[in-house]
Amino acid sequence: MTSTPTTTATAPAADFTDITRSDATLRRFLHGLPGVDQVGAEARAAGLGTRSIKTTAKAFAIDLAIRMVDLTTLEGADTHGKVRALAAKAMHPDPADPSCPMTAAVCVYPDMVATAKEVLGDSGVHVAAVATAFPSGRAALDIKLADTRDAVEAGADEIDMVIDRGAFLSGRYKDVYDEIVAVREACGAAHLKVIFETGELQTYDNVRRASWLAMMAGGHFIKTSTGKVQPAATLPVTLVMLEAVRDFREATGQMVGVKPAGGIRSTKDAIKYLVMVNEIAGQDWLDPDWFRFGASTLLNDLLMQRTKMTTGRYSGPDYFTLD
Amino acid sequence: MSSPFEYAPAPESRAIVDIKPSYGLFVNGEFVDGHGTSFKTISPSTEEVLSEVAEADDADVDLAVKAARRAHTRVWGRMPGRERAKYLYRIARIIQERGRELAVLESIDNGKPIKEARDVDVPTAAAHFFYYAGWADKLEYSGYGTTPLGVAGQVIPWNFPLLMLAWKIAPALACGNTVVLKPAETTPLTALLFAEICQQADLPPGVVNIVTGAGDTGRALVAHPDVDKVAFTGSTDVGRAIAKAVAGSSKKVTLELGGKAANIVFDDAPIDQAVEGIVTGIFFNQGHVCCAGSRLLVQESVADEVLERLKRRVSTLRVGDPLDKNTDIGAINSAEQLARITELSDLGEAEGAGRWSPACELPERGFWFPPTIFTNVTQAHRIAREEIFGPVLSVLTFRTPSEAVEKANNTPYGLSAGVWTDKGSLILHMANQLRAGVVWANTFNKFDPTSPFGGYKESGYGREGGRHGLEAYLKGASA
Repeated sequence: MTSTPTTTATAPAADFTDITRSDATLRRFLHGLPGVDQVGAEARAAGLGTRSIKTTAKAFAIDLAIRMVDLTTLEGADTHGKVRALAAKAMHPDPADPSCPMTAAVCVYPDMVATAKEVLGDSGVHVAAVATAFPSGRAALDIKLADTRDAVEAGADEIDMVIDRGAFLSGRYKDVYDEIVAVREACGAAHLKVIFETGELQTYDNVRRASWLAMMAGGHFIKTSTGKVQPAATLPVTLVMLEAVRDFREATGQMVGVKPAGGIRSTKDAIKYLVMVNEIAGQDWLDPDWFRFGASTLLNDLLMQRTKMTTGRYSGPDYFTLD
Repeated sequence: MSSPFEYAPAPESRAIVDIKPSYGLFVNGEFVDGHGTSFKTISPSTEEVLSEVAEADDADVDLAVKAARRAHTRVWGRMPGRERAKYLYRIARIIQERGRELAVLESIDNGKPIKEARDVDVPTAAAHFFYYAGWADKLEYSGYGTTPLGVAGQVIPWNFPLLMLAWKIAPALACGNTVVLKPAETTPLTALLFAEICQQADLPPGVVNIVTGAGDTGRALVAHPDVDKVAFTGSTDVGRAIAKAVAGSSKKVTLELGGKAANIVFDDAPIDQAVEGIVTGIFFNQGHVCCAGSRLLVQESVADEVLERLKRRVSTLRVGDPLDKNTDIGAINSAEQLARITELSDLGEAEGAGRWSPACELPERGFWFPPTIFTNVTQAHRIAREEIFGPVLSVLTFRTPSEAVEKANNTPYGLSAGVWTDKGSLILHMANQLRAGVVWANTFNKFDPTSPFGGYKESGYGREGGRHGLEAYLKGASA
């Protein structure tokens, strides 16, 4: 196996070697986690969705949500021009209002990293790259690692990898674990987000197990979806993941971030997610370092609502840049 | 909890509700003065006087029962079921249309969070009218006959004023009975608004009569010789008195009384959802729920973990202004009830149980009690035996399923129980052995008009809701 020894990546602080030794030990551990009752989890998520967020709390939430956006373009048709435009928008989401915060990152395919980096410079906006044969993840490990290194070398600060759902669903947990560990090594100093594609994992029990698997393997973030499969991010799935990071911190002292991606389009939805972060994981996660939105259309609605809050009036979509 | 994301207040507007300075009794389709000493109803969250309400004395109760009798013999009792159904559907729809008004009024008068009044009380009340409207022309399929009993005297509590009204009135009317209903003295306003809804629905005069007042009014109603059926929801003590009062008469009785439900959490339970269920079980409606899961029985192997998660969760509950849409726990309904909760909780502490409440600021005016958890409770503690009827949870542990059953059943009550486990067979096994009218599996405090509800032992007798709920209002089984 080709593996360039990488530098700053350290093994997870907590010791999981007994658990991660084999498929059997992993299965025993993951299947020993408390189950998730579907009806109850969905009811809880819906209940939190009815919180009424107004005035100062809403203004706070909108700015926080903007700071948490990973402005994303993941199309086959992406061009350098499109990525440059997106990167410019990440730095100045609302050109008319300099008080508007920047987004957290711009998320692109690996071959676009250099372009994004060039525009973003040291603005503070990160460049995130999807790698590991995104979105299907169906390629040899060498290729996935090469894909990752390619992105990191081009300057990516964050890598969004997809797990091998086939391996996960067939119970080859060890393979999934090893792959995450290997990709994390290949990431070097870049942060690793592990995408589960929860729409394919189907059950909340699987989501919780995948979360623990990824956290034990050293993922910095766990992420719901590629955005290419429906259903993508949902409130209950994110709820289960938030419970997992909360429990993981309790068990190990380590914090892991959460990123719902795909399908979050409105400010109203984003606020529901923030309420959930606040009440499930806790306020420590109310920070772009620990919570992100993988979204491209969400930003403009946030901007529109932000303008509404400051001016008292709605403006039309033409008052905001396309990308 | 101070957070950078402190939710700004989101109060529901009171403007939709028009509370009159005084209310009369609703007799024979009209509001009339009462002969008793009128009394005040206040908002438990602010102690502000909301309105003055008439008290019905014996003579007023007699007039109401006479009106109900007349309406029964002349109109309602002989009306075809399909016609009665139309009125019930109409009432159900008006409840939906005026849902916000009802929810706000309920929240103001009762102290419960608007969230619960809006999302639970009002929709479930409407659902009961819809459900029993459907039965009105199908009574021959009920198995309980088609002949109404006549006049029903109904006395309801203050914890779910509108919902309990619906539970009582909907099946009674569907079966062809007429009713005289007495709401609790601390929460009469939604019943009086319901009287207006009856007018709006063109319900024939006398079919529904509302008499307000306290214990004396209730006693007069229950004891009235021309009442054919007594339905009561409330405390076991009052239930016992009612049972005595009607003993020897031909009156049919249903009693829905207190409870001290066990909420049983096994070690293989979906823990996060179980914690939610524990919270819903005891902190829903400030614990003013007769089927509240006030005794948590948790398997010893997960007791610490469950308790830790429960405390963290309870710390996120928001206590305060009931009209704030983000409030989870509202005010205690009355000073009297607050005193009882306080007394029993102090007793729990004196008996040696560990008392815990989250840090939460309570408003200065009004009646408030923080969510409270008692650990290290044993079967011998009074807080494990007596109904507290407030946001107070007693935590006990068990080691095996049979011990859980023994402890759960070791109570004078038997209204409800909850079982939390991932194992279907264990759920069925437990449900068969628990002596409780309702056993919830992996959920708690869920109400549906199609499910019968009622208790064992000191929790009363008879069933409300579902097909079984018709039995109490029909003469003799035909099938």
